[in-house]
Amino acid sequence: MVEKVHVRTTLNGEHAEFLVYPYQSLLETLREIIGLTGTKEGCNDGNCGACTVILDNRIVDSCLVLGVEAEGKSITTVEGLATPAGLHPLQQAFLEEASLQCGICTPGFLIASKALLDREPTPNEHRIRHWLAGNLCRCTGYDKIIRAVEKVADSNKSRRGSARVGSRAAATTTARRQPAGARK
Amino acid sequence: MVATRKSASARTSTNGKNGYRVIGTRPIRHDGVDKVTGRAIYGADLKLPGLAHGAVLRSPHAHANIKRIDTSKAARLPGVYTVITGKDMPRADSREVDLGEGATNLRWASNNVLAGEKVVYRGQPVAAVAAVDQNTALEACNLIQVEYQVLPPVKDVRHALSKGATIVLDDLVGDDLGKKVRNTNMARHFRHEFGDPEAGFKKSKLIVEHEYELATVHQGYIEPHNATAHWNSEDRITVWTSTQGAFAARRQIAGILQVDDSRVKVIPLEIGGGFGGKIPVYGEPVAAVLSKKAGRPVKLLMDRKAVFESTGPTPAGTVRVKMGVDARGKIVAADTDIRFEAGGYPGSPVGAGAMCVLSCYNIPNTRIDGYDIITNKAKTAAYRAPGSTHVAFAVESVVDEICEKLGMDKIEFRLMNASKEGTRRADGPTFPVVGNEECLIAAKNSPHWKSKLVRNGPNGRKRGRGIASGYWFNIGLKSVVTLSVNTDGTVALIEGSTDIGGTRASIAMQAAEVLGIPAEDVRPVVVDTESVGYTDVTGGSRTCYATGYAAYHAAQSVVNILRERAAKLWDIKVSDVDFKDGAFFSKSDSELRLSFKQLAKKLDETGGPVGATGAVDLSAAGGGFGVHIADVEVDPDTGKVDILRYTAIQDVGRAIHPSYVEGQMQGGAVQGIGWALNEEYFMDDAVRMANSSFLDYRMPTSLDLPKIETIIVEVPNPIHPFGVRGVGETPIAPPVGTIANAIYDAVGVRLRQAPMKPGRIVEALAKK
Repeated sequence: MVEKVHVRTTLNGEHAEFLVYPYQSLLETLREIIGLTGTKEGCNDGNCGACTVILDNRIVDSCLVLGVEAEGKSITTVEGLATPAGLHPLQQAFLEEASLQCGICTPGFLIASKALLDREPTPNEHRIRHWLAGNLCRCTGYDKIIRAVEKVADSNKSRRGSARVGSRAAATTTARRQPAGARK
Repeated sequence: MVATRKSASARTSTNGKNGYRVIGTRPIRHDGVDKVTGRAIYGADLKLPGLAHGAVLRSPHAHANIKRIDTSKAARLPGVYTVITGKDMPRADSREVDLGEGATNLRWASNNVLAGEKVVYRGQPVAAVAAVDQNTALEACNLIQVEYQVLPPVKDVRHALSKGATIVLDDLVGDDLGKKVRNTNMARHFRHEFGDPEAGFKKSKLIVEHEYELATVHQGYIEPHNATAHWNSEDRITVWTSTQGAFAARRQIAGILQVDDSRVKVIPLEIGGGFGGKIPVYGEPVAAVLSKKAGRPVKLLMDRKAVFESTGPTPAGTVRVKMGVDARGKIVAADTDIRFEAGGYPGSPVGAGAMCVLSCYNIPNTRIDGYDIITNKAKTAAYRAPGSTHVAFAVESVVDEICEKLGMDKIEFRLMNASKEGTRRADGPTFPVVGNEECLIAAKNSPHWKSKLVRNGPNGRKRGRGIASGYWFNIGLKSVVTLSVNTDGTVALIEGSTDIGGTRASIAMQAAEVLGIPAEDVRPVVVDTESVGYTDVTGGSRTCYATGYAAYHAAQSVVNILRERAAKLWDIKVSDVDFKDGAFFSKSDSELRLSFKQLAKKLDETGGPVGATGAVDLSAAGGGFGVHIADVEVDPDTGKVDILRYTAIQDVGRAIHPSYVEGQMQGGAVQGIGWALNEEYFMDDAVRMANSSFLDYRMPTSLDLPKIETIIVEVPNPIHPFGVRGVGETPIAPPVGTIANAIYDAVGVRLRQAPMKPGRIVEALAKK
């Protein structure tokens, strides 16, 4: 009989421990064991991006990662985006731009967009479209999702423009979306 | 009349211009925060004490008799509560139930959720298990032994009607123009005829006739189907599910389970997309029977492969169009033949296709033949303006060819032949006020149509521009809304319309408009079948129209009650109290004035709680026309098509929340783009789907698309208090025809099969 494994992680900034069978995905772990159902299942085979989470600064499809692989790592899910002070700027922009219709893909898009803006605060439209190509949305045609991410990128640009005049360092960040082995 | 949206900064609220305070503004949707923070509870998120988990065993064959099912090994697996087969389902009768968007036969509906003596498509459920967890349930499914007698499958509409084709349903009585037919795969053949088409063709200067073919495609909602049911010891059944209509689900579940509707309570949870595909029930009745036998609630989650193989899809089929025009370019006659696959049980949307096929044009002599044909594929379901995409692909391609041969401008030709108020629609009804011409004029004046297209792209790629029209009739039907006024001046709104795309906001806004309060002060909640009056499905583009109308009525009643309260408070006659711009006031004494909020604070001293219900049953609706324009770039070497620019123009009557109207137009256009270029079911010779994953069933991604420009045309619907027509469906009608015409404009080949995938384009160019 397979035994459960004791896993210690940081989940949305807080220490979290759980028992998980070695065959259970991180998605199943989050939803069924920990009870965070904000991360959604659309396909369970890594093709829709609805279950996107950040695992140690990389975005992954949590359906393709085992729960035990989270040992010692830090996980960010949609439940970790807002703070007691308020919504994350992306969440606010998604609301203002009407970027969600049914909302099932929204947690994955928010997480993937956050990962992009954390690396590259001011991506252009093509870069945003490229980065988000691993997340499927069937309702919106993507238009208003792209506009919301552009809106936050624009505010990053103006903030940076006023705060860091003359510095080009941050603008030349060359983050690739994923190291080998991860999604996309 | 026409609002153009170019960019976020250029967006102009129609507020102020349209005479409304709330309608036309863009408030944040009421359910938005829950949906961006992960707190909204969708069907799969539900947790219940003592919950068992189910799994379904599905047929590996497209067509087979079930000889024997042995569930004994599965039942003995530790952790298994119960195993059921079709024999455990109540024997549903053959009566038809109306679901608002089409009727269904209960016996076939029952066999569709759990097979009886035969399976008629691959993926059809044959047995189900409830167990302590999902892995145990899945393991138990592997232990069920089914002996099949495999039968030759029927592949498509041509095969189904060919001599020697296997008959799929022995008990089917087909209807061939009113004659009963047995031993057939043709469930229905109907005809709409008007004038004298043959005489019309004789008078025509030019006749163009072609047949078009479309592959099976899926609605592609990201949330798989789910159902949780609890059948308790009092024989009351509670079902939690993601559905487009809690009452439609209740009626189907009760019908299949052979119990009264009132024994079933359906609690609709948040729904992750539907597009018509979440009107039918699948796991709900099965979970209920599992629950009855297991003595505990049972949750059934469908996986993506099952979603593709066993739900939806929209039909494959053929559409033949013959159109004749006179020397001036006036359409004289049209003859069309529409053949849709119903799937394993009757009921394709061919009737709706026939209502749309010639509706953009005023044609004196018409004939429409429609065929509903059984094949060994999953029973088709509605998909956004069901049938209209197919027929618009055919008709708009033929119209484009006629324009080219006559040397006529594509918009002028359409305007000259446009259907308008008073035109007889080819299937019978006469158009009331519609916005067909207004959309064409808006297209003509659009920045996109006026822009110059650079015809040569990089590396030998060719560019072209296409245009096409589309129509959806929209529906009305039944809705109920209840409002109750809180003493802080806010209002609770209770509705039965599940919210797939922002309808909580658009319904609340219509109530807020009447009450003269901000949209945010109306708090909408979608409730179960025991907490609101009967409400039809969220579908048919009816929700904003009909449920909005119910909200309008309820709000008017609230205003009337509050006028009485103000009269009582001021000790004047009710007839002396008026209400305008959110304030109650005396017509004769200007001192007497209270805002809605101020009066709400005085409810307790004027007679207690105030609430009202509005109920509608609308037999008519206002149809919606749309015109799309696409610029494409075709690589003649590879056949790849890129969308460079895309504009969707549509008469929506009145845009209640313009952002969600634009969202519907953009989303529908993009689903249509996927249908045009990529999406199809690959079926092998045994009619097994070979691409049942999102990897191989290729829906558009963000990288495949430009921004989708929208032009909202508002020709108010005269039978709605705010002029709403409905918006969701029309935008999927024009895209396939639009892109076909754009590809022709780019490289000079007419593609008459969808999807217009690279191989087809390369092949067509080689033959050119």
